Amino acid sequence: MIEVEHLTKYYGEIRGIEDVSFSVGKGEIVGFLGPNGSGKTTTMRILTCFFPPTRGKARVAGYEVTQNPVEVRKRIGYMPETVPLYPDMKVATYLGFVAESKRVEKSKRKSAIGEAMEQCGIVDVAHRLVGNLSKGYRQRVGVAQALIGNPEVLILDEPTIGLDPQQVVEIRNLIKSLAGKRTIILSTHILPEASVTCEKVIIIHQGRIVAVDTPQRLMERLEKSSRTVLQIEGAAQEIAERLRMIPGVIKVVEQGGVSPGVCSFEVEYEKEREISSELLSVVSRSKWKLIEMRAEKMSLEDIFIKVVTEEQET
Amino acid sequence: MNFYPILKKEIRSYFTSLIAYIILTVFLILSGHFFYTGLVQFVTWGGASMQEGLWQYLFHDIRQVLLFTIPLLTMRLFAEEKKLGTIELLFTYPYRDIEILMGKFLACVVMLLVMLVLTLLYPVLIAIVYQVEVGPLAASYLGMFLIGSAFISCGIMVSSLTENQIVAALVTYGFILIFWFVDWNEAAASPVLAEVLHHFSFFEHFYNFARGIIDTKDVVYFVLFIFFFLFLTLKSLESRQWRGIR
Repeated sequence: MIEVEHLTKYYGEIRGIEDVSFSVGKGEIVGFLGPNGSGKTTTMRILTCFFPPTRGKARVAGYEVTQNPVEVRKRIGYMPETVPLYPDMKVATYLGFVAESKRVEKSKRKSAIGEAMEQCGIVDVAHRLVGNLSKGYRQRVGVAQALIGNPEVLILDEPTIGLDPQQVVEIRNLIKSLAGKRTIILSTHILPEASVTCEKVIIIHQGRIVAVDTPQRLMERLEKSSRTVLQIEGAAQEIAERLRMIPGVIKVVEQGGVSPGVCSFEVEYEKEREISSELLSVVSRSKWKLIEMRAEKMSLEDIFIKVVTEEQET
Repeated sequence: MNFYPILKKEIRSYFTSLIAYIILTVFLILSGHFFYTGLVQFVTWGGASMQEGLWQYLFHDIRQVLLFTIPLLTMRLFAEEKKLGTIELLFTYPYRDIEILMGKFLACVVMLLVMLVLTLLYPVLIAIVYQVEVGPLAASYLGMFLIGSAFISCGIMVSSLTENQIVAALVTYGFILIFWFVDWNEAAASPVLAEVLHHFSFFEHFYNFARGIIDTKDVVYFVLFIFFFLFLTLKSLESRQWRGIR
């Protein structure tokens, strides 16, 4: 559905992206990860034909972005990061303008607008001015305008930025509900977001792609050790020392007291070894009181930092 | 050419933001004042021709009012979209640049037509009590339409260069005034230069129209002026493709 080959964009002397290649199949949700200024927006703007690349090729639904921009734009729904909207327009009027702009046939316009508002949960604000809406609602109007015209590809730039936690969950669910029929590319610099919503993650750093994989495989590939967190009531020093003696344990980090007399430890151990039963028997033999025990997964933040530092080392 | 949605949006925006009503009000009060005082003068002093003695002065005055009002209409066309960031979305909808430009330009032209049509009240009022020659009047209206459209093309070009509306209006005033006064001080230019500048002057080319005469060279001047500035605007819109902007 989307094929990008050796895409490069320079802003004068400044590098936006360099030699970016990837492809996205029909119906996939792909997360674009990277810190601010890493080239996510640049790539998206090229895909939406806002500006052409300096070098390289990008095809959306079979159309080349530099040759057939109007055809590409007909097949894309885009939400820019800042969700720019006209404050003096009513939501329904605005979506009407979008439908006309995207050349939705006159007979289908009303139902297209209604459907988009329904999906994004903005039916109750249809007759309010966009300028008076809360951030969360504006974001949804932004998604709604992208949905109009039933585009095959959705490109969402930081769709959850600046929202409160509840709104974030709502928008994520909305995006998930859109998957399947459509190909979705969303960018984010918040990593859990990608692991929650995306099937594939593209990590981009300083304008270059550093990793492409599923969130799970990325984690497996990069996890060289496993970790378990324990909360135990007892003498901290003694406990830590005893835990270190278990074979296979690499490191025990005291994370400080949780409540009086209870201390939390992070135990890092070799990946292949299964030491939880060993841990439990040590705890019971020593007559400590175990409050909590959980396996700690590597977060995407950790992965990201790892990928980026590995990249710099090589 | 699929510019109708943009045309509609811009006109709606003029009216929902009230700017249309404010500008129309100011325009009509001023032009009404000029009509009334001009008429009193014509009735008092008389004259051989109404075109020479009344309409000519009225149209010169209305042109002045257009000069002040049109940059206020054009300043927001691109500057506001740039400021709001909505231009990014607009450029990613299936429009060609020229369609966006034509939608915005024609929206402003429609506003100009509304203003001019409302001033038709004055000839109509006169026609009730006195005979009015339609031909020369039509020529004058064509002239006002052309000079107004020229102001618009200039204003839209400036608006595409900035995201600050005040800057857009001010620079447009600058452009229009330069083209207005360019040949006023003949002593400051050599005879050849003065002659050349003469042909660039708005003032010069509007003069015949105000007297009720359509001269091809005046029509060509304004049409070329409009096309040239629209062309520049198009190039300015396309500049995002090669400029180092983020």
